[in-house]
Amino acid sequence: MRHIISILVENEAGALSRISNMFSARGYNIESLTVAPTEDASMSRMTVVSVGSDEVIEKITKQLNKLVEVVKVVDLSEAEHIERELMLIKVRAGAKEREDMKRMADIFRGRIIDVSDNTYTIELTGDGRKLDAFIHALDQGAIVETVRTGASGIGRGNRVLRV
Amino acid sequence: MDRIKGLELTGAEIVVRCLQEEGVDTLFGYPGGAVLHIYDALFKQDKVRHVLVRHEQGAAHAADGYSRSSHKVGVCLVTSGPGLTNAVTGIATAYMDSIPMVILSGQVATHQIGEDAFQECDSIGITRPCVKHNFLVRDVKDLAMTMKKAFHIATTGRPGPVLVDIPKDVTANKCEFQYPETVSMRSYNPVKKGHAGQIKKAVQLLLDAERPMVYTGGGVVLSNASAQLKDLLKLTGFPITNTLMGLGGYPATDEQFLGMLGMHGTYEANMAMQHCDVLLAIGARFDDRVIGNPAHFARNLRKIIHIDIDPSSISKRVKVDVPIVGSIPDVLDEFLKLLKDAKLQDAKAWWKQIGEWRGKDCLKYDRKSKIIKPQFVLEKLYEVTGGDAFVTSDVGQHQMWAAQFYKFDQPRRWINSGGLGTMGFGLPAAMGVQMANPGATVACVTGESSIQMCLQELSTCKQYRLPIKIINLNNKYMGMVRQWQEFFHGNRYSESYMDALPDFVKLAEGYGHSGLLIDKPADVEPALRETFKRKKDLVFLDFLTDQTENVYPMIPGGKGITEMILSEDL
Repeated sequence: MRHIISILVENEAGALSRISNMFSARGYNIESLTVAPTEDASMSRMTVVSVGSDEVIEKITKQLNKLVEVVKVVDLSEAEHIERELMLIKVRAGAKEREDMKRMADIFRGRIIDVSDNTYTIELTGDGRKLDAFIHALDQGAIVETVRTGASGIGRGNRVLRV
Repeated sequence: MDRIKGLELTGAEIVVRCLQEEGVDTLFGYPGGAVLHIYDALFKQDKVRHVLVRHEQGAAHAADGYSRSSHKVGVCLVTSGPGLTNAVTGIATAYMDSIPMVILSGQVATHQIGEDAFQECDSIGITRPCVKHNFLVRDVKDLAMTMKKAFHIATTGRPGPVLVDIPKDVTANKCEFQYPETVSMRSYNPVKKGHAGQIKKAVQLLLDAERPMVYTGGGVVLSNASAQLKDLLKLTGFPITNTLMGLGGYPATDEQFLGMLGMHGTYEANMAMQHCDVLLAIGARFDDRVIGNPAHFARNLRKIIHIDIDPSSISKRVKVDVPIVGSIPDVLDEFLKLLKDAKLQDAKAWWKQIGEWRGKDCLKYDRKSKIIKPQFVLEKLYEVTGGDAFVTSDVGQHQMWAAQFYKFDQPRRWINSGGLGTMGFGLPAAMGVQMANPGATVACVTGESSIQMCLQELSTCKQYRLPIKIINLNNKYMGMVRQWQEFFHGNRYSESYMDALPDFVKLAEGYGHSGLLIDKPADVEPALRETFKRKKDLVFLDFLTDQTENVYPMIPGGKGITEMILSEDL
């Protein structure tokens, strides 16, 4: 099963590789990993998406907690949560496709953020499935380039991860 | 200790002052370019004794042996690049066995880092997977706090090695020195007290147990919980087994002790593990060499209680019913309170069953052999030393025989590389043990292959007059490799024969020690008696032993804990 794990970690050089190293050394899977500082510059928040049985995910959270620089770990998938990912996708948009492409972006609530004679760059936010759906909805030949951030997640309502 | 306040010290001086503040009396190391300032600072003081090894692997193992035998932190100092990479085997060895160590490594100057400078390597990257934590100190102002954190992390929670990588310019730069009194880290707060509700649940299981079994590991030794463990066993009368790392945690001569368990454990210990109805696991981790195939182990239903300081060791290979995270002495104190006047189940039938298993006499060997049997040497070593020696070992058959035949009644007497299985560990570890315990009897049980992996340390032993007794069980083979090849590879002894062996007696003499070759069973005991009378000398005893002898019982890799191969004459 797919799990989304949030990690608060000391914003120190090497913390990221310590965490990613733990995953590879123990053979755990990483589907995506994002990291950036929080409102407190001394701390970063990381979101890791991993696929594994409940036992494996439990082992992952224990191993993460064991790392000295890790402050807190929570498996967001255990309860209600929100998940978002940003994608920038550059598509062919010559005179012929321009209208269709604009309409498609609108349907998915994407924004066109860069325009050239024959391309659009569309910004799209959503959960991973929505981004997948947009990619599949396009004519595959129309896609020039895609870049995705990987998922970020946060608990719903009063569910809070902080020190 | 007097504190110098307001005085500026160089980074190198700060390193030495920090060691003094931490009460470090012995440091194992080897100098080199990046640590010259630190060596200069060491030269100018006499509180921290530096022991010069002959190879950095020896420094790490010696610091490790020092720690295992004394419950103090083992400290070593190596230079950048090859100094550090040479030490990695020793660091990984300590990591696998959770030994509290602080490794200080030199690094090229901060402005050179990343430029492929002479003797530069990414020490932090290289050691990351085999340390509990590591630090690169970029500013001399952070040095004292980092040292404080290193010792704190190494010794608390589940202990382990911590590396502090110090660039050369940081050791030359100056700042005001004040050693921090305390350390607090929001990201690192190991638990100590076990959960009261879980402890109650566990005690209830023990009260209801008809076939109880206690299985303890290195955690008992590391946390100094032997006294509590003994009290618990006395109170309950339960049978107990120790892992290879746990030997000495409970007295081996006690009637309730079933011997070591696992791949080369006793028949009775392994059978009792499989057939108990309640298993109390303490500071042990159900690893592959202990319970074999976890699926086979799970076939028999039993309730498992697992006490460990490290949550990630619980339910890792075997699902447990009552996990208790906490420091073992604290948790056992709670157990003892709750069990004090409790009424336990009658375990007569269980002990009768265990008695039958014991009747197999699974460690028996040919005592009439005309060739020296390695088991015989170890039995005699036990007799001659009165069971009171510190015994270090290398890795292989001799290690298993030592574990089976030397009955350790006290913790921290059996010093071996259990997790990583590092050949070459025995001799340098023995140096650390002897340094930590001057005047104590220290024996290094080894084989002709293992001893050659850190042989250069014979020179260190001479320099510091370490009267270690080397018990070399020489069968001219990498014995355990040979045994696996006999059992599982159709007797094809691929590269396991040790040709062109040196004359170990002459070799020992070459280093300024004494040596003795023993090739007859009748000479074993007299040689040992003579040797252990020589309190001041290192003696290298080269026992020519039976080349075909195998370690029994044996659970083949991947098999279940009861699927043991017993010696042919059973």
